[in-house]
This record gives sequence, structure tokens and C-alpha cells, in this order.
Amino acid sequence: MFAEPTLRRVGLAALSALMLGTAPVALLAETPADTLVIADAIDDIVSIDPHEAFEFSGTDMLNNVYDTLVELDPTKPGELVPGLAESWDVSEDGLTFTFKMKQGISFSSGNPVRAEDAAWSLQRVVKINKTPAFILAQFGFTPENVDQKIRAEGDTVVLELDKPYAPSMVYNCLTAVVGSILDKETVMANEVDGDMGNEWLKANSAGTGAYVLRSYKAQEGYVLEAREDHWRGAPKLKRVFVRHVPEPATQRLQLEKGDIDIARKLNTTDIEGIAGNPDVKVVDDVAGYIYYLALNQKREPLNNPKVMDALRWLVDYDGMAATVFKGQMMVHQHFLPRGYLGSLEETPYELNVEKAKALLAEAGFPDGFTTTISVRNDQQRVEMAQSIQNTFGQAGIKVELKPGAGAEVLGDYRARNHDITLQAWGPDYPDPHTNASTFAYNPNNADEGQLTGILAWRTAYDPGELHDMTEAAVIERDTDKRRAMYEEIQRKHRDTSAFIAMFQQISQTALRSNVEGFYTGGATDQATYWLATK
Amino acid sequence: MASTDTAPPRRRSRLVHNLKRLGATVLALAATFLGLMLITFVIGRVVPIDPVLAVVGERATTAQYEAAREALGLDRPMWEQFVIYVRDALTGDLGTSIRTRTPVAEDIARYFPATLELATIATIFGVLLGIPAGVLAATRPGTWIDQLVRLIGLMGYSMPVFWLGLMGLLLFYGILGWVGGPGRLDAGFEMMFEFDVPRVTGMILIDTALAGKWDIFRNALSHIILPAGVLGYYSMAYISRMTRSFMMNELSQEYITTARVKGMPEWRVIWVHALKNVMVPLITVIALSYANLLEGSVLTETVFAWPGLGLYITTALFSADMPAVLGGTVVVGIVFVALNMFSDILYRLVDPRAR
Repeated sequence: MFAEPTLRRVGLAALSALMLGTAPVALLAETPADTLVIADAIDDIVSIDPHEAFEFSGTDMLNNVYDTLVELDPTKPGELVPGLAESWDVSEDGLTFTFKMKQGISFSSGNPVRAEDAAWSLQRVVKINKTPAFILAQFGFTPENVDQKIRAEGDTVVLELDKPYAPSMVYNCLTAVVGSILDKETVMANEVDGDMGNEWLKANSAGTGAYVLRSYKAQEGYVLEAREDHWRGAPKLKRVFVRHVPEPATQRLQLEKGDIDIARKLNTTDIEGIAGNPDVKVVDDVAGYIYYLALNQKREPLNNPKVMDALRWLVDYDGMAATVFKGQMMVHQHFLPRGYLGSLEETPYELNVEKAKALLAEAGFPDGFTTTISVRNDQQRVEMAQSIQNTFGQAGIKVELKPGAGAEVLGDYRARNHDITLQAWGPDYPDPHTNASTFAYNPNNADEGQLTGILAWRTAYDPGELHDMTEAAVIERDTDKRRAMYEEIQRKHRDTSAFIAMFQQISQTALRSNVEGFYTGGATDQATYWLATK
Repeated sequence: MASTDTAPPRRRSRLVHNLKRLGATVLALAATFLGLMLITFVIGRVVPIDPVLAVVGERATTAQYEAAREALGLDRPMWEQFVIYVRDALTGDLGTSIRTRTPVAEDIARYFPATLELATIATIFGVLLGIPAGVLAATRPGTWIDQLVRLIGLMGYSMPVFWLGLMGLLLFYGILGWVGGPGRLDAGFEMMFEFDVPRVTGMILIDTALAGKWDIFRNALSHIILPAGVLGYYSMAYISRMTRSFMMNELSQEYITTARVKGMPEWRVIWVHALKNVMVPLITVIALSYANLLEGSVLTETVFAWPGLGLYITTALFSADMPAVLGGTVVVGIVFVALNMFSDILYRLVDPRAR
């Protein structure tokens, strides 16, 4: 087991070396003309109930099987467009939102879509209370009150909130996969022991999406079949087949051979390797993941503002982006990913050992100190941690790396047992509050608070005024003012918080050159299959 | 063989003897499985990975976390969890996988046939090539044939399977296009198999043959040949090396000299007389190598995107999906025991002294 990464690397290196010297492959295995074949690593999927799913691969699938009341235009990132609702409105006091349903849309069962289905679906999210439920529950819905607060009135759905949230926040949350509208009759006909169809939805779908789930096998793949009578018009490709191919080098071989149309998990070596092949192309897109360091504020001297400032100058941002990531990350020093309302592109910090040393001396640590960095045991993250270990060392800070399995490192972080931890965070829904409410918000910093879902709590960081600013921003109804508030929060957070944001991920999708119209969803949305052609 | 009507007392004592032996075997088996489960169970509980986090994900609140923990039964004392597990396992219920949310028995019924199919063909390769190679090397020690067999064996011992698999894919699939690529079928055929072929054994070659879908069968064959060849190579390296040393030992025995002196043709001396005696220890070697392959080879399964048992258990292990790990371990245990018993039976057939 321990020899594996080394063996793998030797194998990959040898493979790349050989591939550089080979002509384009001779024999071509064709994928079926009406099927989009995608290779991806889908072993992150825990559930494909849209009100429970919260992993990238699962929500990518569900985005094509279900629709929401309002949605984001896949071709224009961040733009809100009608989904199953044709129009929407908010009351004077900002507490009541109404959505008027489109007419003539049907579920894959043939049942018509009614306001009742929509209201029931949103109630279901709150009632089954799975991991993504908070995206709706944060508007004041509880299993007890949700039947009154969310209701169908004729052909409209009414949502009554507990506070006058920014309308953009409400709409953005409803575009998330957890806002999917389900076929009430079909799902409830398959209810077992009051589970509201949760068990049945593990292997079936009951939505209005462009595709219907034909088969799903965990850690193997899934097949979607197009709906000819779909309300957006029939998808160009009749089937989508996503295969679980865990090894990037294998995905690359299959793509170059034409056995698949799209490879979604290539690494930098593979992307470089296919550069000269005219049969394939690579499309870059921003992804939502932010890579950051969290400094535990219960640890001396990591809670010393001067030390925290010094550490910000001890990361080789540009060097890592160029050598470790080669196009798969960009330097990004704020907690909102590019593509979000209020996101910032400036990068004021760079590697400056002298400046850091001076700050450490001011703080009373001219010779540095000893600390640890915990990191998930994956090649890229470990390389990132090694680079940080090296640059911290240049200022005399001796770092011991603590690599571990993902859940192990995470468990440590949630228990506030880390010194410094290297982590990645992907936003939960396409509104700035998603990251603000975890990086710059912490209602109770005491150990007893047990707010393990909030990053600021995990690293024992009290955001002070930023907490109040975050609460104010989420109810600001003027979108321009709201944007400015997030910009201010982020700048202060960048310079004073216990977090050091370093990179934003770039997703690189490799496609056969004849594939068009495939959208990954960028940082805010999920993958769209129904516009793809080949 | 005692006839039934002449010696009843002897027959009874033999029956008692056999029953005792059967009882002892059953007890030993029960103890083996209980021990296996206990060790896996304890290891699973002491590894610093939290299965609850794997279920609820990073964002979960403390309340959701506790609810999931309770639902998984992890709030109970460890001994109680173990007792419940063993009790359920005895009724064939291996629990529900934390990751895939399906009964573990169902998962294994899906993953194991893929491994079984691959391991069986690999073992056939290994035996068909390994035994003749070992015999040839033993009968011509020191010649170029012997050196070649030893070199192939050495390479089989030292080359990482991950590397060999990737190289094989690159050459035979990528460049030459002789074989199918990773996965058990091409995408188009995989959907045909999924929707048009009734599932009988879960092994694609057998199910498609039963359904008469020969185009899918051919495609499956083109996909399995390379990973089976890679695994078969390792199996061959081991079998040929063992055959060689058993054979050399056998050829120095007196009965071989006698046979040769009597003027028996050399091919008969080697391939009939000597090989028959070599078969006894060789059966153990083959059974062991087959059992190893049946555990599933994680690295091979990763490279070839082969949804087999090894990949399943490893993925489960990394997310602390203990029901899946335990279930997989129990199945591997059963395979080992079954193969051991099978080779015991073969022994008796081959070796008259063991009857």
C-alpha cells in the first residue's frame, strides 16, 4: 500500500515519456453517435435523492434530471432565468416571495407539474432534513412550520421568510440542486416507512429535467435517457453515459482512442500530454474550490496578529501556481470564488521572506517557532503543503507535515485539534452568503458551541465586526450595495482573519474535438448535458 | 471398502470418526470466521477515520451528525455492535454500505463476479503457460530455456502491476488497437448489456453466452484479455518457478531413475510419472495464487476501471465504510476456505496415499 504512490508516479512518468514519442493512435473505437460518453470519478456520490445529494458528481447528474423554480443560464454564468416558474415577485416588506408556475410542463411520469408539487418538494427538503437542507432552512423554515410557511395558492407557490433577506440570496439558493421540484404523486406512491421516497430515489428519478435516470450503479456509472417531450425542447443527444474511471491516465487513453467523448478528471501531466493531439481539446473553466490554510486560534503563537500577517507573506503563491498546478489553479486571496457577486481579483500578497522575518521579530519570534500542518493525503495537496513547509522554513518556522486520510484530517479540524490545516472549500449555493457565512461568521466561538459546520468556529476564529457585516449583507436588498459590502468584508478578512486563502481551482475538461455545448457550470452551477452535441 | 452387511461395528466406528472430523472442521471454520470478523471489526473501529463524516459530509451540523451516528448504530458499545453484526451476518445480512447505501450482500454480488471472471481467466493463463514452462526449465537446467523462464519469473516478481498494466494498455490498446480498452465493455455494448441481457451469474462472458449475444461476448473478451493477461503473467511467474523447483526435486528421485533404466520414453517419465507427483504440491500453489487473485487486485482494477472486489473494499476502507469492508473480508475468507477444501479434495484424487 505504501509503495503505491511511488510506483504510480514511476508508471505515469514512463507512460508520459512513451506517449510523447507515439503517433496519434491508429484504430478508432467510436462511441455511439446518439450517446455522450463521459469518464469521471464518481465515487464521491453518497445519494442521488436531489434533496440529499451534496457531492459534485451527484449534483452534476441531478442538474440534468430535475429542474428548479428559477435557474442559472448555463451559457451565461451567474444570470438568473426562469425555470419551472415563469415569474416571481417579492412583497413590500421583503418577507413574502411568490412564484407563478409555468403551465403545460409534465414530469417524466406524465403527471402535470402543479404548484402543489413545488410547495411539497420544498417542504420535503426541510422535513427529511438531510445535509443540504440548511440552504432552505436558513430562511426560517423548520419541519414544524414549513407546511404553513411554504404553500401552494392556485398556480403560485408562496414562501414566507423570517427576515427580509436579499432577494438575490433567496433566488440564488433556489437554483441549487436542493431546490429541485419532484413529482409528488410518483414519489409518495413509493414511500417506505415515512421516508418520503428517499429510499426509492436512490435508484429512480421523478423530475422534469431534460433526462430521465435509466440506471445508476454506485462506483460504476449511470445512464440518462433524453425526454423527447422536454419543455426546453428535446436534447440533441439521446443518452448520456457517465462511467466511473478512477485513474486519470486511463481516462486519457480512452479519450485519445475515442472510446469516450469527455474526460473530466485528467491531471496536469495528461493535459500537457494531449496538447498536440488534433482530435481532442481542453476547455478551462473556473471551479468553486478555494484552497486555504486555517490557523487554529487556540494555539500560540498562531493567534498573534503579527505572526498571522507574517505567514501571509510566506506562501509562494505564484511559484506553486506555475510549478505544482500548471494551469489547474489560479492565485486567489479572498474567500469568494471568482464568478460570485462581490468577488475580488486583486492579489496583494506574494512571497516576501524578509518582510515576514521582520514581522516575526516584531511579534517576538525572530528565530521562528515549531508547528504542524495537517493535510489530506493526496498528491497535489501534499505537494502544496511541502512548498509551504519550505517557505515557512525560510523564515525559521519549523513545520512538521501531518498527512492523513481525508476524513481523518477533517475530523481533526472539526474537533479543533489542528495547528495549521490545509483545506479546500467549495461553496454550497451560488450566493456570496454561502462562503461569508462560514469564513466570516461565528455566533459562538466557545468550545461548547460545537458549530462544527462553520469554518470560523473550527479554527476558533472570532470574526468580530465581520460577523455583523455578514449578517447585514445577507439582508441588503440593493444588489449594488450588497456587492460593495462583500468586497469590504473580504478585504478585511484577507488582511486580519485566521484564514489564508491561496488558490481557486480551475477545472480542465478534455473533450473530443467534435463535442460542442458541454458546460461544466463553472463556480456557481452544475454540469449541463442537454445542450451538448457531437 | 467395507461392505455393508459384513462389518457393522467397523462401519459405526468409521461413521463416528467421520462425524468427529466433520464436527472439528465446522468448529475450526466457525472460529476462523469469528476471528476474522473480530479482527476486521476492531481494526475498523480503531482507524482514525470517522464513518459518520463520510455519510453526512463536511457541512453537517452537530444534530445531523448525531442523527446519522445513531442511525449507523455507532452510539452503542462496541461489543454490542459486534454481536449485532455477527447475528445479522449469520442470517446472510451483511449490513448496508455507508457509501453506496445498498445492502453489502447486493454490492458484493455485483462486484465479485467481475473479479471472479478476471481471476479465473488469469489463472487459466497462469496454469497453461506456467506448468509447461516450469517443466521445460527443470528438465533443461542451465540452458537458455531455463534462463529465460527464470528471467520471466524474476520480472513477474519485480515489475509493479500498475506499471505493467498501463504499459499493456498503451501498447495493445493505445498503439496497436488489438484489444478493448479499460472497463468491461465498450460504452455502446455496456448499455446493451445493461438493458438487453438478463443477469444470471453477473459474469459478462457467461451471461452473454447464455443469452446468445455473441457480439457483446466478443467485445467483453477483447476487454478482459489484457487485464487477465497481466494478472496471468504474475500467476504464471509464480507457478513456473514453483513447478521448476518441485520438478527438479522429483527428477532426482530413485523411481525416476528406475523408470529411465527400464527404457521408458523420456517424455513419459517427465510428463506422466514425475508430473503426477508434482501435481500434489502444485495444487496448493495454484489454489493460493487463485485465491490471491480472487481478493481482487486494487491496482489492476484501478488501471483497467474494472469494477471488482479489490476496488470496492479499498474505496470502502478509505471512507471507513466498515460494513462494506467487513462484508468484503468475510467473502474473501469464504473464498480462501472453499479453495482450501477444494484443493484438499483434489489431493485425494491425485495422491492415493491421502485417500
